[in-house]
Amino acid sequence: MTTQPIPSQAPRTPSYVSPIPISRTHLGHALASEWTKIRSVRSTLWTLGVFLALVVLLGCMMAGLIGADTYLNTPYTMPAFFGLLLGQMCLVSLGVLVVSSEYGTGMIRTTFTASPQRHRVLAAKILVFFAVAFVTAAVAIAAVGLYAQITVGARTNANWLPTVFTGALYVSLMGVLALAVGSMMRHSAGAITTMLGVLLVPAILPAFLLFNDGLADVAQVMSDYNAINALSLIFEGDRSTGTGGAQIAFLATLTVLACAGAFGVQANRDV
Amino acid sequence: MIEAVGLTKRYGDKTAVDDLSFQVRPGMVTGFLGPNGSGKSTTMRMVLGLDTPTAGHVTVNGYPYRRLPNAPRHVGALLDAKAVHGGRDAYRHLLSIAQLSGIPAHRVDDVLQLVGLSEVAGRRTKGFSLGMGQRLGIAAALLGDPQVLLFDEPVNGLDPEGILWVRNLMKSLAAEGRTVFVSSHLMSEMALTADHLVVIARGRLLADMSVREFIAANSAGFARVRVPDTDEGQREKLTAALTAAGAQVLPEQDGAVRVTGLPLPRISDVAHEAGVRLWELSPHHASLEEAYMRLTQGMVDYRSTADPQIGMRPEPAPGREDGWDDEPGWSPPQQPVHASDRPTLTEDAR
Amino acid sequence: MISLEGLTKRYGEKVAVNDLTFEVRPGIVTGFLGPNGAGKSTTMRMILGLDHPTSGDVRVEGRHYAQLRDPLKSIGALLDATANHGGRSAYHHLLCLAQSNGLPERRVHEVLDIVGLTTVAKKKAKGFSMGMGQRLGIAAALLGDPRILMFDEPVNGLDPEGIHWIRTLMQRLAAEGRTVFVSSHLMSEMALTAEHLIVIGQGRLLADMSMADFIRQNSRSYVRVRTPDRERFLDVLRSAGITAMETGDVLELDGVAAEQVGELAARHALVLHELSPQQASLEEAFMRLTAESVEYHAHSGPAADEQASWGAGWKKG
Repeated sequence: MTTQPIPSQAPRTPSYVSPIPISRTHLGHALASEWTKIRSVRSTLWTLGVFLALVVLLGCMMAGLIGADTYLNTPYTMPAFFGLLLGQMCLVSLGVLVVSSEYGTGMIRTTFTASPQRHRVLAAKILVFFAVAFVTAAVAIAAVGLYAQITVGARTNANWLPTVFTGALYVSLMGVLALAVGSMMRHSAGAITTMLGVLLVPAILPAFLLFNDGLADVAQVMSDYNAINALSLIFEGDRSTGTGGAQIAFLATLTVLACAGAFGVQANRDV
Repeated sequence: MIEAVGLTKRYGDKTAVDDLSFQVRPGMVTGFLGPNGSGKSTTMRMVLGLDTPTAGHVTVNGYPYRRLPNAPRHVGALLDAKAVHGGRDAYRHLLSIAQLSGIPAHRVDDVLQLVGLSEVAGRRTKGFSLGMGQRLGIAAALLGDPQVLLFDEPVNGLDPEGILWVRNLMKSLAAEGRTVFVSSHLMSEMALTADHLVVIARGRLLADMSVREFIAANSAGFARVRVPDTDEGQREKLTAALTAAGAQVLPEQDGAVRVTGLPLPRISDVAHEAGVRLWELSPHHASLEEAYMRLTQGMVDYRSTADPQIGMRPEPAPGREDGWDDEPGWSPPQQPVHASDRPTLTEDAR
Repeated sequence: MISLEGLTKRYGEKVAVNDLTFEVRPGIVTGFLGPNGAGKSTTMRMILGLDHPTSGDVRVEGRHYAQLRDPLKSIGALLDATANHGGRSAYHHLLCLAQSNGLPERRVHEVLDIVGLTTVAKKKAKGFSMGMGQRLGIAAALLGDPRILMFDEPVNGLDPEGIHWIRTLMQRLAAEGRTVFVSSHLMSEMALTAEHLIVIGQGRLLADMSMADFIRQNSRSYVRVRTPDRERFLDVLRSAGITAMETGDVLELDGVAAEQVGELAARHALVLHELSPQQASLEEAFMRLTAESVEYHAHSGPAADEQASWGAGWKKG
């Protein structure tokens, strides 16, 4: 009925040793793995596709509507601003999904079993996502800039190339922030809602806070550093109000803090 | 080799795993049994570093799981066949795991072929049946050619051919000197697969012994004896003779009798002396299920019953028969051995 | 009683169920076996009127399912344990089923008791484990106290205690004179539960017979003998024209009944230490019968050359 049990006194069976040498794993392995993951699900295709469509199509449309004179002191990439306002939601969604979809499906257990070095997995996720988001955003912004330059053809004093970099950096950082929030919260819907709040509340709330003198300072900070204002500064090219450098630094700090939180929270969490 | 020492996990007030110590040795299939909610899954998750123990520790090949330099090359695990991203195809699901530990891509093709999923490698796993998902999980576990393998309910959703395949696979992996640790609720399946058992209930260790010892310790075998049905009174004569010789004789439905307490040759002799011819004299081992049920009685969280007073009575004392054994003519062996007084346990629960 | 006549179901080109004719009789547990994709689920769905046959006929107690006046009182089925609204409590799930068939609320409490879910009756089914979902499905099947019960993989997700419970439950239901039709992939479990078997492969009927006949027809059965008078016993066998295979101290006799061997030994005053008729397992018999009709074939164990090739490739890559 049963198979022959091995008596406990029997000489110990030699333990199996794989003929293939075992190498140490490193971040490169995790990066390759995350790259495979991010390009093998349709949500990536959808979110990035909608992002590109929004930024490029809306940008090209706006480029035609804006008077040629506007570009005298404004970079050609300015029309991308409108698409980015909406499009950054796509990057935020993708950022959240990159990690929360693993928690939602249970894939995270497979991942953490295959790589118990959890920090490495999260680092690879952040790097791969950031690279994908940055390149996509840069391509979209540059496409709008080129289109505007070709179609408008007017001279400009503003160099638009740096805005490709700063604009892409800003929305990619926003995506990484979403990824970190998603990693801490684990639920897609909750994390996306939270990020929606991060994007919109600081833009709306100051209008209400201004009625109270005591909160006026807070309101000022919010209206200076909210995402809409930051993007408009980056693309306005108006030297008097800054080029969004402070806003990018602010978001970068916030993102780094959130990432640190994400690393801390997941380190010993039961998954 | 998996080694747990004083492993404990508490969730608030509830203790899921309570001071568990055991070893899972290479070269054999070790079954991991216990009622629902006994802490099996939590234990397996702690082995894999997914949950952090409240106290105690568990090591794999001498390392805590999360310190293994390249975990998938040491340990392969199938925890939950559904733990995949449904939107990813089977090939790239495995590829992403392979890349994590530097396993070449063609190994993915190999394991896909091994589990019989080559034809559906490009399909998204969302459309997979439970059985196909199970095969995919087994493929993932085998990717790194690991020394230690953990399977949680591996035959779930598989068809008879798949069940046979998994059983033979686990045996052949063990025969290669690997450590194979399998949890399952299917006692009849476990009886065919496992060499050794680790049994827990309510988070505590109940038994850590070979399948044969386990069955012997927790229930008794018997002999089935049949006499010619052509002659009247043969059965009664034999029953009287066997009872006189100190055996216990119970009638079975088909006219045979169940004899406990005498070895087969002695039964043969007694029959001969009584002038009774035998048409059957076959040894029967108690089933693993019987042994398991006896051991875990009173340890089950949700007990189903036709008794409308469920939950209103005190819990059955260990050793008390509780109606699960309603096979006619069969009563339990005289002295079932229980967790409290079993001397053969290697590690006792405290 | 369930009767099928020439039941056929085509999905486009693919024939899922091909001219099935059989009856499921009351009073016994009938097992329904077949490899994945054999058409078991489709057949069960047609019995319940969920799928319409392309041709042929299926009747439950002489009527089509749709013509049954109180379907829950005629036939109770567990098809898919997750087929309930996750947000509804176990109690309300059963209550709305009961009300749709004019069953009293009292019956809901009864079946919850039978399956052991009384303590979690008010909890949402969403939080149920697979085993609890299975119990809820069984409760729903029992609700109308039906004369026919149909279970698809009933032990899925149950723990050993639950498996034992459902096995005895099915046997008791059959003993009460009900028709019990149960499909399962677990041969070892089926061997303990079913009395009669219906086996299909690629939509066709492969066998419709009792468990004992099925095993006898599809595998080797022999008699195992142990005796201290081995040489003398072998002589006796030889003169009786019985061939014996010797494996260790055990003799295996083919093509002879244990009764005959017993009589033979008695006549020659031979002492036997064992005389046991041996049969193959249901699994072996099933494998032999269905060998050709399996969909996904896995390879048998990691072959040595495969490992070697991996090693070679490893160095390359």
